[in-house]
Amino acid sequence: MAVDPITLAVLQGSLEQIADEMDATLERMAFSPVISDGWDRASGIYHPDNGEVIIQGPRGLPNFIYVMEFTVRSVIEWVTDIAPGDVYIVNDPYLGGTHLMDVKMVKPCFYRGQLTAFVATSGHWPDIGGRVPGGFSTQATEVYQEGLRLPPVRIMDRGRLNRDVLDIILRNVRVATERQGDIIAKITALNVGTDRLTALLDRYGKETVFEAIAEMKARSERLMRAHIETIPDGTYAFADHIDSDGIEWEPLAINLEMTVKGSDVHLDFSRSSPPCRGPLNSVRSTTMAGMYIAVKHIFPDVPINAGCFTPFTFDLPETTFLNAQPPRPVAGCASEVCQRIIDVVFGALSQAIPERCYAAPMGTVTNLSVGGDDPELGPYVFYSFIGGGYGGNYLTDGLTNGNPTIALARTQALEIFEARYPVLFTRYTIREGSAGPGQRRGGFGVIFEFRLLRGLAAGSLLGERGRFAPFGILGGGAAERARHTFVLQGREHRPAHITKDENVPVQPGDILRLETPGGGGYGNPLDRPPELVAQDVRRGYYDRDTARRDYGVVIQADGGEADVAATVRLRAARRT
Amino acid sequence: MDMLVGVDIGGTFTDVLTFDEQRRRLHVAKVPTTAGDQSRGLIAALDTLRVSYPNIALVTHGTTVATNAILERKGSRCGLIATRGFRDILELRRRDRPHLYGLTGSYEPLIPRDLRCEVTERISAEGAVLTSLAEEEVIAVGERLAAEGVAAVVISFMNSYANPAHELQAKAILEARWPDLYVTASAEVLPVFREFERTSTAAVNAYVQPTVSGYLARLQARLSSHGSSGGLFIMQSNGGMMSAAAAQRYPVHTVLSGPAAGVIAAANLAGQSGVANLITYDMGGTSLDVSLVIGGRPLTTSGMELEFGIPIMVSMVDIHTVGAGGGSITRVDPGGILRVGPESAGAEPGPVGYGRGGTQPTFTDAQLVLGRINPHYPIGGSSDLAFDVPRARAAIAERVGAPLGLAPEAAAQAVITVATNRIAGSLRRVSVDRGHDPRDFALFASGGAGPLLVSALLRELGAAQALVPYAPGIASAWGCAIADRQHDFVTMLNRRLADLDLDEVARCFAVHEAEGRALLRQEPLPLVETRIVREAELSYEGQTHVVRTPLPAGELTHERIAASFRSAYLQRYGQTEESFAGLGQLLERIPIRLLNLRTAVIGVRPSLALKDFLPRPTTTLDEAYKDTRPVYVAGRFVECPTYERARLPWGVQVAGPAIIEQPDTTTWLEPEIVATVDEAGNLLLEVA
Repeated sequence: MAVDPITLAVLQGSLEQIADEMDATLERMAFSPVISDGWDRASGIYHPDNGEVIIQGPRGLPNFIYVMEFTVRSVIEWVTDIAPGDVYIVNDPYLGGTHLMDVKMVKPCFYRGQLTAFVATSGHWPDIGGRVPGGFSTQATEVYQEGLRLPPVRIMDRGRLNRDVLDIILRNVRVATERQGDIIAKITALNVGTDRLTALLDRYGKETVFEAIAEMKARSERLMRAHIETIPDGTYAFADHIDSDGIEWEPLAINLEMTVKGSDVHLDFSRSSPPCRGPLNSVRSTTMAGMYIAVKHIFPDVPINAGCFTPFTFDLPETTFLNAQPPRPVAGCASEVCQRIIDVVFGALSQAIPERCYAAPMGTVTNLSVGGDDPELGPYVFYSFIGGGYGGNYLTDGLTNGNPTIALARTQALEIFEARYPVLFTRYTIREGSAGPGQRRGGFGVIFEFRLLRGLAAGSLLGERGRFAPFGILGGGAAERARHTFVLQGREHRPAHITKDENVPVQPGDILRLETPGGGGYGNPLDRPPELVAQDVRRGYYDRDTARRDYGVVIQADGGEADVAATVRLRAARRT
Repeated sequence: MDMLVGVDIGGTFTDVLTFDEQRRRLHVAKVPTTAGDQSRGLIAALDTLRVSYPNIALVTHGTTVATNAILERKGSRCGLIATRGFRDILELRRRDRPHLYGLTGSYEPLIPRDLRCEVTERISAEGAVLTSLAEEEVIAVGERLAAEGVAAVVISFMNSYANPAHELQAKAILEARWPDLYVTASAEVLPVFREFERTSTAAVNAYVQPTVSGYLARLQARLSSHGSSGGLFIMQSNGGMMSAAAAQRYPVHTVLSGPAAGVIAAANLAGQSGVANLITYDMGGTSLDVSLVIGGRPLTTSGMELEFGIPIMVSMVDIHTVGAGGGSITRVDPGGILRVGPESAGAEPGPVGYGRGGTQPTFTDAQLVLGRINPHYPIGGSSDLAFDVPRARAAIAERVGAPLGLAPEAAAQAVITVATNRIAGSLRRVSVDRGHDPRDFALFASGGAGPLLVSALLRELGAAQALVPYAPGIASAWGCAIADRQHDFVTMLNRRLADLDLDEVARCFAVHEAEGRALLRQEPLPLVETRIVREAELSYEGQTHVVRTPLPAGELTHERIAASFRSAYLQRYGQTEESFAGLGQLLERIPIRLLNLRTAVIGVRPSLALKDFLPRPTTTLDEAYKDTRPVYVAGRFVECPTYERARLPWGVQVAGPAIIEQPDTTTWLEPEIVATVDEAGNLLLEVA
């Protein structure tokens, strides 16, 4: 090893900090609330030759950890004359993207006249044009219907803003003024990245920095392999499903066969469903990202760079919906399909290393967008997502109202929604009884309910887990599935595909009620301490009938404490 | 009645500092903190100083009572009353998780679900009453909560920031029926939108209120019974003090009491040396607190997250805490990368070298191996504790040296280098993240472990100079004693700048000022002047993050507000018109929105300089010299001179490599670093 261990640790910390500063700049300057409040963004530094990830910000959105490597690679392949001062903007799902709303920008870093690295940043825009406000169409049959699709084109050309490209973008998205602000935020973040990286190269020399980068990659690989070696060799199969593609009422199967041998892992997805007509296809980069996120959730201490990906090989043929080809629609890939891939990896690994695993989390972002024209405030796009429960796990009960496993995005304050859009919330509560029972139970989903106050609007919903519940592991039970209701002119309307609907006409007084899934249970519910069950009942998380039925716990008629003797009898009878 | 008392009660020690302005005498006492009732320790410290209680004019107190109650979950049993349909806001948070990677962890809100109730009422975002408050329901849930034995109740209704009438109505009902109950209405604590953050802030207030109130009442009684009739004031998180009576109503303002006092002290002490822009860092046993002082004033922020799921949104000194302290554990991870912290060995068992059963080597152990800490002169000065260097050396050799293939000294040096880089990164991040270049700042080092790293950080950050105060151990107590009075106010307007009614702005500011002046008139103290600082929080329309913009003096116009915002915006993001190139023009097209108006009403107290209370040393440099000891520098042990800080004459220069020792810290001067004791008593470090 050429670089000494001290310099190595220092450079690792310094590179990480550069990416972190880029994230911070983007987040604070952004106009998209999904970026600024929701942290649906990531920044990183990438290798000049092949786009391999060198470092990602420690607080970056997990879903982008692998995808951005593909993005940078597509810039290298697509752009012919990469020049200093250029910035490329790209969101093509088929060129290292996710869904179209995730707009990436990539800047080459030239050092002493030589292309030395790329810095890149990604962030979710609230709209990208297309057939529904917010971009989550459930009826699109081609990517062309989903919005504006950009291959890597210059938004900055040798240090000058390219007004032509900017104007094309602004003419094709809703609420365009704010998107200018997001472009500024991203360019500023990239400038922070190249400035700081240049200073680092000045200080330590390019050769040392790149020796350290190679060493960091080798060490991440070593650490990842050390973890994999703790997994017993074998083949672990697991299957789970997507409710439907939004158009045809057919489930989409993700069949995973995971083979662990020594420190290598092979993932065979080849027996999964074929590409679908609706937007629940996934692209290769997003599918692979899901797998890596799952592993990172299980082994959180491995630093992210290209090295942690090398132990994994894939069988991911284009005949499956997990590696769809243009022009298939893909709006659901990043938010929904990606989460199910994570669930499937958890399911497979729970057979091998249950002591490090989680029961299934809610597994859906539940994207809701409402677009309309408010007679008082003008046209608007209201976009929100709703949390659910995490699975019980080897340490704790599942978290209630967690954010999706692929993201960090927080929901906006209801009061901000009410101040900006013509809506009035009527309920935002824990969804009682929604968690899967277990020795460590799942977390709870939520009920998110509001009324439209003024003007006409169109509501679109792209969610999941309406048919296939988040599963429990090691004897834990499944959670409640999603249940969504629109009360239109006093009549209850259930989305045809339970969790998916598009451009539903909404009038003043109509109510939208979304009930999200909880998380699955971990371990046998009969092993949950009776006093914790009694506490759950006192808090109204579930009722005493559920305590008896699922947990075998008898709650005393007065006071709400567990009747220990009756519980012991009931549980003994259940176990035999 | 001319004695001033500053008190800082930390987790381990209670520091008390008394001085009387006329006789220019200063006395200091350090006693163990008395857990359970901190006022006992305080009185004990005053007793060791043989204080004449009737002479006390003022006691100002930095306290951790509120912080500890939350972090240890030892606050009171509280109830919550919410708008129907929204009692779970506190438990749902904003949809998040404790760790970015790894899905373990659950969340216990400060108020459990069985003590959270709902009543019928609704107010719109514009403040209109949509459904009037069902008073009989308030009484019914009040009875239920009273039967549950709650000591405090939070009332938090939707959109109460826009119209607090229902919250105040419910509060009046509860107070009339249950006069002993502590009641917090959310809009009184934080009249700003975002229901979770407002409810959380109010819940913190209620959760600690019985504890803090009880404590302050006991302290007041103890002081009175000893014959003191002086004022009792509490340090707030914003760096100003408030009366004990106000603290009993709004204890949420005391959560960062102690650390804020430290920053106030830093601003004051550095100011005596003519230094106005500082990055202060206070490195103790487990963590490092970083903050910025600009133009002599600590930078403030509108809130922070105390721990996962517990944000408190009140004006406070902007303190960023990093898990890096003397007790930070060092190890080589399975990938072969050396790491320091954030895990800490704490005070118990502490570093391996303490010989109290610690087995994992720490930052302090690495310093011991390198010879920078005097093993016979431990921090705190207690004579019964001596460091066990061979044991520290063995632990470093085993856990760091062997895996990395380094000799023990080289391994210890590696630990310090990695820690320095990590700390420098966070210092840089804190300044850059707030739009400043660290090279424009002086470092201010405090805490037991801070001055050990000051030379390395000075170089690493490229700062012009660094300061080590005369007595870092009493800085917070000094900060309490000299703090100004300060009351902060916020009103939410949330309007486009173009639609802003300037008369309404003037009325808001007038109300803030009148309320602030009224608070200053209660329990009056000698003040030099009352200063009014007016700020607005603005953003471009659509942005979440607002920029706190100082408003110009004189008449406000829309244009002047816009100009102030634009320049604050560029500064905040470290940009200039030039670096922003053509991008600025794009922003001009976007409307500006004014979210909040903020006023700080500051009662400025007569200024005091610590040096006026210090005995000026009459010793020479030779007399300050203690001995030499071998210190590991650049690959080998070098004999370095050591000096006693208190005996260093003012104006004298000490060149590194050298060590300056004092009971509360050790300052390590690397080669090519020169330190001067200046006329203010501060140690001033520069690169030669």
